Parts: sequence; C-alpha cells; structure tokens
Amino acid sequence: MSAALSPLLEINELVVHFKVYGGVLKVLDGVQFKVYAGEKVGLVGETGCGKTTTMKAILRILPMPPAHLPRGEIFFKGEDLLKMRSSQLSRVRGRGISMIFQDPTAALNPVFTVGQQLEPVIRYALPANRNLSREQIRQKAVIPLKEVALADPERLLDSYPVQLSGGMRQRVCIGMALATDPELLIADEPGTSLDVTIQDQVLRLLHDLVENKSTSVILITHTLGVVRQMTDRVYVMYAGNMVEVAPTKKLFANPRHPYTQGLMQAVPKLTGGGIAAGIPGRLPSYLNPPTGCRFHTRCPHVMDICHREKPPFFKVEADHEVACFLYDQNAQAPPKEASPS
Amino acid sequence: MSDDILVVCDLKKHFVVGHLGLVNREPITVKAVDGVSFGVREGETLGLVGESGSGKSTIAYMTVGMYQPSSGAMSFKGRDLFVNGPKRPLALRKEIQIVFQDPGSSLNPRRTIQQILELPLRLHQPSKDPLEEVVRLLDMVELPPEYMQKYPQMLSGGEKQIVASARALATNPSLVILDEPTSALDVSVQGKIINLLIRLQREFNLTYLFITHDLSLMRNVASRVAIMYLGKICEIAETSEFFSRPQHPYTQMLLSSIPVVSEEEERARPAKVISTGEIPSPVNVPPGCSFHLRCPYVMEVCKQVDPGMISISEGHTVRCHLFTEAGQ
Repeated sequence: MSAALSPLLEINELVVHFKVYGGVLKVLDGVQFKVYAGEKVGLVGETGCGKTTTMKAILRILPMPPAHLPRGEIFFKGEDLLKMRSSQLSRVRGRGISMIFQDPTAALNPVFTVGQQLEPVIRYALPANRNLSREQIRQKAVIPLKEVALADPERLLDSYPVQLSGGMRQRVCIGMALATDPELLIADEPGTSLDVTIQDQVLRLLHDLVENKSTSVILITHTLGVVRQMTDRVYVMYAGNMVEVAPTKKLFANPRHPYTQGLMQAVPKLTGGGIAAGIPGRLPSYLNPPTGCRFHTRCPHVMDICHREKPPFFKVEADHEVACFLYDQNAQAPPKEASPS
Repeated sequence: MSDDILVVCDLKKHFVVGHLGLVNREPITVKAVDGVSFGVREGETLGLVGESGSGKSTIAYMTVGMYQPSSGAMSFKGRDLFVNGPKRPLALRKEIQIVFQDPGSSLNPRRTIQQILELPLRLHQPSKDPLEEVVRLLDMVELPPEYMQKYPQMLSGGEKQIVASARALATNPSLVILDEPTSALDVSVQGKIINLLIRLQREFNLTYLFITHDLSLMRNVASRVAIMYLGKICEIAETSEFFSRPQHPYTQMLLSSIPVVSEEEERARPAKVISTGEIPSPVNVPPGCSFHLRCPYVMEVCKQVDPGMISISEGHTVRCHLFTEAGQ
C-alpha cells in the first residue's frame, strides 16, 4: 500500500443519526475509513459500536428514515456513493461491492430454493449473461457452489435453505456474494453464528477464495482472534468512532488506545493466567453521548482535555494511528504504558 | 468417588420429534444425551464444553429437573434426583440452581429486581425478612440497593446477568449450573461476571457445572473439563492435563480451531488438525464412533463399534479406538 495509490474505498467524516421517539441517536460520529485494492481490513468493536451501521451506510441499505446522514462522504473508486442515483448504485451493488451477513439463515429466503436465489445473481452479474437460457444459467450457478467446496452442487440448487446445515448455508452465501466477482467484499461476522470447528472451515475457505481472486475484504467481527488470523490491517471502533488503526501484527503486538488495550486484556487466553476484570462501565447511550472523547467515561487514563475535545487521529508510527490525547506529541511525551500482556 | 457431589450414570435423554411411516409409525428420535457418565466433585468447577447440539444444555436441564431422563440415574449427595419422578422435593430443588444463557429472556420484564429476587426467598426461606435478604443479595453481587426498584430493561446485559446469578444464589444452593452465562455478553463485560462468580464460589463453597463452548474461558476457570460431541462425552481430564495433552482427535481439532490473539497461545495449541466435514444431525447419528466421519485417524473399527470410555491416566478418560484394544 503506497501513498500514491488512491484507496478503493474511502469514508470521510461520516455521521449517521437515527431519529427515534425521544430524540436523536447520534450513532456514527465522524467515521474515517480506508480500504486499498487487494487489502483485507478488519473492523473490530463490541456490540452496538456502529460496525454494521457503517457497512450498511456504504451499501446505502440503512432504513431512511429513521436514519439520516447529516455529513460525510463515501468514495468508491473515486465516486461518492452517497450522491449516486439508484440506477448507478445498482451497478455498484453486487459487481462492485458484495456483502455476507452474519446470520445465513436470515440472509437466505426460506421459501425459495438455493437455485432460485442464486440464478438471478448469475444472470445479472454480467451484461453478457442477461440473454442466456435458463439451462446455461443453471450450469453457471454450479460453479460458485463448487468453489465453496459444497458437495453435490446440482442437487443443492434444488434444495431449500432449511435442508442445509448452518455451515452449508454460510457457504452458499459466500458463493453467492463472490459469484459476481466483486472488487470489495464486506463480510459481517461471517463465522459468529457457527461452531468453532465449522467457523474455522468457513474462514479458511473465505481466506483462500479472496486470495485467489484478489478481492478486497472488510471483515467485521467482535472476535479479536479472527481478525488476527484473517486480516492485514485493523480498525478498532468504539461508540461510533474509529479509535485506532494499525497493521494487524502491530496492533496485536502493541495496542495503544486504552480501549484496545482493555479489550485485548479481557480476552481469555488459552495459556491460562486468569481473567482480567475487563473495562469498567458500559457503552454510553447514543441519545446523550459523552462530550469530547466518547471513551472518557470508562478510560483509566482520562485527562481534562478528554472531557472537552474529541481527539483526532495522532500518528504513533507511519501506519499506526490512535485517536487519543495520550499520543498528542505537542502536549506531552507519550506515556510509558505497561506492555500488553 | 466419595467426594462427588453429583453423580451421573449412563444418562440418556431421547426426544421423539416425529414419526416415520403411516402404518407402523416408527418414532424419529433425537438422541440429545446418549449414555453420559461423570461426577462433579464438591467445590470444583467442571467445564462441560461442546458445540451446539451436543447435549450440554439438556444435561443442565435434567440436573435442575426441567426434563426427565429417558434412562440412567443422577444422584446428588447420594440422593436420587428423580426418585419422585418429575416432582422433586423442595429441599433438593433449593440445593441445585441454574443461571441461564440469556438474561434478557430469563428475567421477567414486568417484575422489578426486588420482586425477581424475592420469589425464591419466599419459597425457600419463608422465615426470613425478604427485603433484608434482597439487600444482602444485591450487596453480595456488588449492586447498589437502589437497583431493587428497577426493571430488567433498565439494566445493561452484564447487570442483568449479575441479577440472574443473585437469584440463583438466593436459595443458598450448593451446586450452581452456569449455562453459558457470558456468551451473550461482550468480552469487556465477561471478565467482571466471571470474577464475581469465582469470588462467590470461594465465599460460599459452591460447586459449579459450567456449560460453555468457549475453551479459552475454561482454561482460566475450570478445574476439570469434559468435552461433548453429539450427546456423548469424548474426553474428560484435569484442566492442565487437558490443555497440555489433549488426546481425542475431536479435542485436538477443537483446540487447534480456536482463534487466538498472541503467539504464545499459538504455541499452546496442539498442532493444526484441519477441521473437515459437518457436524451430523443428532437425528441421524452415524454408526460406530459418532466422530468417525470427520476424524483424521479413522480406522475400520470406528465405523462399526462405538468405543467405550478408556482411562489413560489418573483422572484422564478418552472415548476413542486409538486407545482401545480393538484399535491397537
């Protein structure tokens, strides 16, 4: 990733609010996010931090209202997705950006067979496919199912989603999402609803497929281990803000933001050593988010400035940025924090 | 063993889920728990680990008396838990309590925390002043007494689970079943709950049967770990032995599939056993060893004969033909 290269996807200062009974939920608070071509980017954060909202904003599938976007830009290959007409947008969805959802059971329609759901995807994936016969489309539909290592794909096309296991359904979703050869794949917790051994299979499969096709990936998850295994670069999100971004190896070796540090320590380790107490407090309400840094209510290193101002990204290394005043070079020397255990 | 507080012997629970055929109506059964034997020692934390559908929650529900076993026996401090059929004496119910996975649905949304905590107190300790006891319980789990007047939806997920734990402890039990108490919570909250549970265990000399699918958590919490696969226990051992010398191929596959966050942990995992195949449906369990379709070391005998539990060292038992005479 060189500086000369312009990013495939770039989100600038994205703000998303939801109007609800009783006020406005200020969910996203100026999100910055970049994905370069061929890169696998992780987005980690806990439940309710705005990961899925960000991704839904990219594909413009947020329900509007209640959602509205007072500010922000989302550039995909230089074009602002937020300014596109729906006809332009439908060209981006599928062929440009594809998405895998967390729960494959909810993502597949239970009253149609796998074939009935996959065949239209193939038909509209390429203009050349529009006029093919049903038989030809059906033959092409077998290919993505073979790619995701599903046995007996011809029979699967006539199966209903309920006849498949959870792991098989997620494979069908992966196959469907990659059938259009998208440039960017958004995978929203692709393994969370699966068992560990099945999650391992599905993630390895996904990893191999995107490597072969050199698809860019945004992997959304709350499991730190999955991010470490799957991605090149990681964004950490808290309460509607990106708080830290770094190459995966650097982030796991040396997390800088107090939230990232707390999160890493809270993960139970296979090597034993007890369970850390975790991060005190809870995610703030989006109706009345804290002023300044949204993490200041739970931060062990909180300072005066944190109450007043929202921290911008500070560079601690060329490719490692942290949104925390502890790393403001002009104000003070960065703290000699304890090495992460 | 004499110090076992709960003894489970060849426990089976089969659910009839439908019928096959029009004339002979052969029942279709799910063998949720199929011949499980283990003991829980007084004061320990036994981790019962398995993937979804392995029967771990069914065992929990039988222990608290929500289900009747199809066959087999369970005894608690030497007393048969099912001697009166579904009607368990109050004194026994008081001794065994459960904390459910999802506190959002296990707490009644129309009751205040005070009402929720008072119910078991009124039932099991009618002589005590319930208000005083509720305050004591809240103090025990480090919640301020003002919480009495709150409704569950006013609390965060972690706080709800703390209330659920306080309710389980209200009857002064000796065995508490924790059915995935933290899997609905974020990791930053999990630590607080787990540490609270460990402190309470020490203070009140509780015995925990900890049901989970999170092996990393068990490494830090359990004194012994049992692994379940499709209604049967595959391996049971002391925690340190279990993690340093896992023997069953399924245990090895499970351990090597866990996503970890550091290199030290990677070294602590067994060598990669590539996970293949699907978990079979419990309606249609394969003959022989139920794991043989996914096992990297599968032998001819595994397809026909279901292995028994083999003790390979003190306190370490494995159900696998690699260790039986038939497999040698």
